[in-house]
Amino acid sequence: MFEEQGITPEGDLIVNVGPQHPATHGVLHLVITLSGETIKKVEPHLGYIHRSIEKMCESLTYRQFIYVTSRMDYLSAHINNHACALCVEKGLQVEVPPRAQVIRVLLDELTRIASHELWWGAMAMDIGAFTPFFHAFRERETINDIMEETCGARLTMNYMVPGGVMQDLHPNFQARVKSFIQQYKHKISEYAELLTGNIIFKNRMKNVGVLSVEDAISYGCTGPTARGSGVSCDIRKLYPYEVYGKLDFEEILETGGDSLARYMVRIREMQQSIRVIEQLVDDIPEGDFQAKTKAVLKLPKGEFYQRVETARGELGVYIVSEGGTTPYRIKFRSPGFSNLSVLDKIARGGKLGDLVAMMGTLDLVIPDIDR
Amino acid sequence: MWSFNGIATAIDAWLTQRFNQGLSLATEMVLAGVAVITLFAVLGLVLVLMERKVSAWMQIRLGPNRVGPKGMLQSLADTLKLLVKEGLTPNSADKLLFNFAPFLAIIVAMLLMAPIAFAKDFQLWDLNIGVLYISAVSSIMVISILIAGWSSNNKYSLMGAMRSGAQIVSYELSAGLSVLSVVVLVGSLQVSDIIKSQADGWWIFKGHLPMVVSFITFIIAVTAETNRAPFDLAEAESELTAGFHTEYSGMKFALFFLAEYVNVFIVCAVGATLFLGGWMPFHIGQWQGFNHVMDYIPSSLWFFSKTFLLIFVIMWFRWTFPRLRIDQLLNLEWKYLLPISMVNLLVTTAMAILGWHF
Repeated sequence: MFEEQGITPEGDLIVNVGPQHPATHGVLHLVITLSGETIKKVEPHLGYIHRSIEKMCESLTYRQFIYVTSRMDYLSAHINNHACALCVEKGLQVEVPPRAQVIRVLLDELTRIASHELWWGAMAMDIGAFTPFFHAFRERETINDIMEETCGARLTMNYMVPGGVMQDLHPNFQARVKSFIQQYKHKISEYAELLTGNIIFKNRMKNVGVLSVEDAISYGCTGPTARGSGVSCDIRKLYPYEVYGKLDFEEILETGGDSLARYMVRIREMQQSIRVIEQLVDDIPEGDFQAKTKAVLKLPKGEFYQRVETARGELGVYIVSEGGTTPYRIKFRSPGFSNLSVLDKIARGGKLGDLVAMMGTLDLVIPDIDR
Repeated sequence: MWSFNGIATAIDAWLTQRFNQGLSLATEMVLAGVAVITLFAVLGLVLVLMERKVSAWMQIRLGPNRVGPKGMLQSLADTLKLLVKEGLTPNSADKLLFNFAPFLAIIVAMLLMAPIAFAKDFQLWDLNIGVLYISAVSSIMVISILIAGWSSNNKYSLMGAMRSGAQIVSYELSAGLSVLSVVVLVGSLQVSDIIKSQADGWWIFKGHLPMVVSFITFIIAVTAETNRAPFDLAEAESELTAGFHTEYSGMKFALFFLAEYVNVFIVCAVGATLFLGGWMPFHIGQWQGFNHVMDYIPSSLWFFSKTFLLIFVIMWFRWTFPRLRIDQLLNLEWKYLLPISMVNLLVTTAMAILGWHF
């Protein structure tokens, strides 16, 4: 009888958070066991937005499958496409022209800022502050406008093709990015005034959801989530791709491991992205924006793996080719899935109000977890 | 200038001339009730619109601007929508209590209207224990929230109700203590006496630092008591979807919504009455000329501008601060606010005995 009413024999409440819930930002279903307000267990149930993207990719050609991956982590669609394009190029052994490389990195970093912006607003809304959401969207809108001009789309850009980018930059691109950087530099301090320095916010974030270094490594956490615990895992630094090796930027590390550390990593990462863009935007090399490739791409028989740093962590693309026009097998290693898996570990013993703060700072994007 | 007293006496005289005493008293009661309900509805509409405009202003957007001139009729349209919506009652809910809870909430809010002085001589019921009456009746509010959460038979509602029970009962203590400090200085619980005592200066200026402290405590405590952010744990939508009114829809939800806004108005009106002089104009000691100029501003304008200033402050809180966690919320009350307001009350009492205030 107790089981039917969702109460454990010990008298704890079993509460379904999701699949339709304001704090999960998607169709994530968490079954949590609550003793009063204290969380005893969190059990994520996945599969509500599984679209079998990997299988779909296996029946599409190497030019076509890149576009499907925009729908995985839709907030860093550009970086997903980038990973796929890099992996195919690795198989084809195509040299990407320098102009295309710079364009790709520029758009990657713009995407990263846009993604962190949305995370900032949504996380603030989770813990009850509504205003940051609109402030974050104001800046994100400018980036989306820049994307729209150059790529033709605002969210799922589909701008990458094997060998380069689809078309050249819009003539306005450089001027608009520069003016964006100018106005954006002051925004971080504005955010600090509105949220980061707030005493309620700090109390909500400090010592909440502490993720130890060992756990971060053993659960396979990557990106800002792991860097908040002090694990150095920035793919841009460790295994540089495109022009990242020549650029001067820092890998942000915090040692707290709590929600505040993860928060600070993302805030400081936005500043580093600005630094990267500043170094590149002034002299984008002239030349082709796309290498010459064959009309029908065929990867040689073999296995190819490429990883990139998305806004959420390490995205790995693994292609097994039998030599045909479509991949034999594709596997994506998505950052969100591993980051979600620590939720149970860090949430136990916290309060229900902490759960939303933890989910917010893990920066979960559900279509990325389910694919 | 016409006064409420004059109108009331005229109506009373007119009625007693024509009908016997019982019937005229009954008619007067109905008239007063209709007046309160009208004020109630108007206040609800104005405050909802104000909240939306204030939030829009803080969030760099425009807010409602399509229905009527500058979106003024937006909340009217919302009310119409809620009126024609189906009021669902869940199958597993306790039907009687579920349907009763919103009415209890609205009744409490209406009862609280009685002792508030809206302008000079414009008060429905100037009873001699006015402030005590306000604290007593406002504590019934928590019962309606508990009933709503319990009878919905929903885990989110239950948790919201339990949270708000713990919260309101705790914060009533410091709200009551900070109200008491004014009562100690005035020596009366009657609202009209409290206002009269501020004729030569409002308590927040006359009472030195202890009054400022109790004013701040009062504002924090009533923000928590009315379940407004950053203390909106009872409905915390990112944690509990909608808290205690998760299962309510249509007009039953609207009644809770309305009660929340009217409660905000009432606590701000009480705050304005106790600390900012109610309808009393701004007077400075012996400056006769200045005081005369201030007297020319109508008393209702004074009262409503003070009240709406406080309402704006409470709205400002809501759109700026993140929400507290339940343990932090209770810590704030029991570890900080309550000791502070207790010491503050002692200091105020000493001040009142020794006559140190102006």
